[in-house]
Amino acid sequence: MIDQVTVFLENSKGRLAALTRVLGDAEISMHTLTIAETTDYGVVRIITDSPARAAETLDAAGYRAKITPVVAIRVPDEAGGLASLLEAFDEAGINVEYAYCFSTNKGYAIDILRVDDTQRVAAVVLKAGYHLLEPGDLYAY
Amino acid sequence: MVENTGAPAPAPVVPAAADVKGATNAGMTDAGARSAASDARVRLGEERYFQPEIERISAEELQELQLERLQQTVANCYTNIPFYTEALDAVGVKPEDIKTRADLQRLPFTTKQDMRDAYPFGLFAIDVHDRVQRLHASSGTTGNATVCGYTQHDIDVWGDCFARAIAQVGGSSESILQVSYGYGLFTGGLGAHEGGIRMGSTILPMSSGNTKRQVQMMHDFGVDILACTPSYALLIADTAIELGFNPARDFKISGAILGAEPCSESMRREIERKLGVTVVDIYGLSEVMGPGVSCECRYQDGLHVAEDHFIIEVIDPETLEPVPDGQWGEVVFTTLTKECSPLLRYRTRDISRIIVGSCACGRTLRRMDRISGRTDDMLIIRGVNVFPSQFQQVVSSFSEVTSYYQIILSRKQQMDQVTLKVETIPEFDFDEIKKIEDLQHRITAELKSNLQVSVEVKVVEPKSIERSEGKARRVIDLRDQ
Repeated sequence: MIDQVTVFLENSKGRLAALTRVLGDAEISMHTLTIAETTDYGVVRIITDSPARAAETLDAAGYRAKITPVVAIRVPDEAGGLASLLEAFDEAGINVEYAYCFSTNKGYAIDILRVDDTQRVAAVVLKAGYHLLEPGDLYAY
Repeated sequence: MVENTGAPAPAPVVPAAADVKGATNAGMTDAGARSAASDARVRLGEERYFQPEIERISAEELQELQLERLQQTVANCYTNIPFYTEALDAVGVKPEDIKTRADLQRLPFTTKQDMRDAYPFGLFAIDVHDRVQRLHASSGTTGNATVCGYTQHDIDVWGDCFARAIAQVGGSSESILQVSYGYGLFTGGLGAHEGGIRMGSTILPMSSGNTKRQVQMMHDFGVDILACTPSYALLIADTAIELGFNPARDFKISGAILGAEPCSESMRREIERKLGVTVVDIYGLSEVMGPGVSCECRYQDGLHVAEDHFIIEVIDPETLEPVPDGQWGEVVFTTLTKECSPLLRYRTRDISRIIVGSCACGRTLRRMDRISGRTDDMLIIRGVNVFPSQFQQVVSSFSEVTSYYQIILSRKQQMDQVTLKVETIPEFDFDEIKKIEDLQHRITAELKSNLQVSVEVKVVEPKSIERSEGKARRVIDLRDQ
């Protein structure tokens, strides 16, 4: 499991820019940032090189930030690469709450998934022949 | 407490008599009252009463007593207060027209503005230099202060009303009463003090402040009953705990008479648990008298109104017509025995209702419910009367959100729109949108069932709702902008 930083953000002008500036000033760099948005607010999800420090820095700056455990899986950059993984989840009865991915310059993509069963997910991923990323692969504390 | 065995004597009017007994404030004024009070104090079964003949009066006797006193009050107002001469003439009512209790409704209302306009002594029935013993005034933060005068008789009546509260929480002439309301123009401190005098209790006149000393003396002196505001009672309890005491176990205190500000049921339970006491809610306002106009008994199911001294009415604040018992509305009081500052149908702007049915304590004096809000705060949303306190009750029932909230009223295509802003507690897991939406839906459903109004619930960022040390701005009305 790796740590994702989740931030509750109101939909107001400049709020996202201010958030990224806070992280930038603290010299925290992001691998990826996604926003799940509704009419009134957004939930910002960030993979960064130092999640604990990012959450603390944001909290201190008045944001509501928290650490969410998610799984990061290396997926070959080819057609059907994700499909067989999700089929394995389906068979094992593991539900995916949300997912997003980003590609690397090393010829593979990284899929981030929030699942409802964090206990069994590692075994299912390995059995399906995928590589599960460790915190050390993405960031150093 | 030494029982006074002397013959009951009327309380002397001249305070100088205090020198007779000693240097403390518990001078002869107290002693005289004490002997009278001791005779009146009665224990019937489990229940203590201060004036059982009044507290258990029959409905017929009360009607008769109220009519007689109402006639005297109207006559006093008409004869001695030009404001009322004019007001009664304007509605064509003469004192002799008051023939039944129902004639009360022919009398004009008195408002807080009337009292302000009469500043300082315009509503006094007695010249301030004459028999007036004391003056109290409300804070004048939003205009002129409202000023009330008290004769010795007025003060004694007040003391009797508060003494009933002492009995209602289980106190007697043997109790030590710690008064931690502020002493001064504010009626809390001296009102409780007079109650202690009439009951014959030992009074510890702490006033408010210096909380550590309050705790120390409460412990060392073996205080039985505390009178103060609920927030101060909680501070005293927390301070005691910080100092290493367990007041519920280490202190003798068994009762608290708390008033002058709203106290939620959860706050009441917290004070009761921490101090190991029974908390009764006392109600009063300086314009009408001060604390003691009504007070809960230990059954905590409504506040018994001192109906021998005040007639309570509950009216619809829009139509000004009385509402049936049990229905919420604005509380209106007519004083029946006040000599200096009598009031006819004073509109308190407090929202309550008459509680129907008899009380387990045996008192026949009717009960009013705890104040649910103020008419000043009443919101009319799509024709429905709603109070901010109703929102507060719903918000506080959800552990996922903080106690900070804001109500925003706007208008969209001629329709009132209500938005409630809430903040989640730090532990709330907002990572999944469905959890936030689920929370919003549950709060919306609860508001709908409690208020009969559709409310849009918005979850906002932490600390984005304004914090205030004084009165928080809970409602923002943008409808007429």
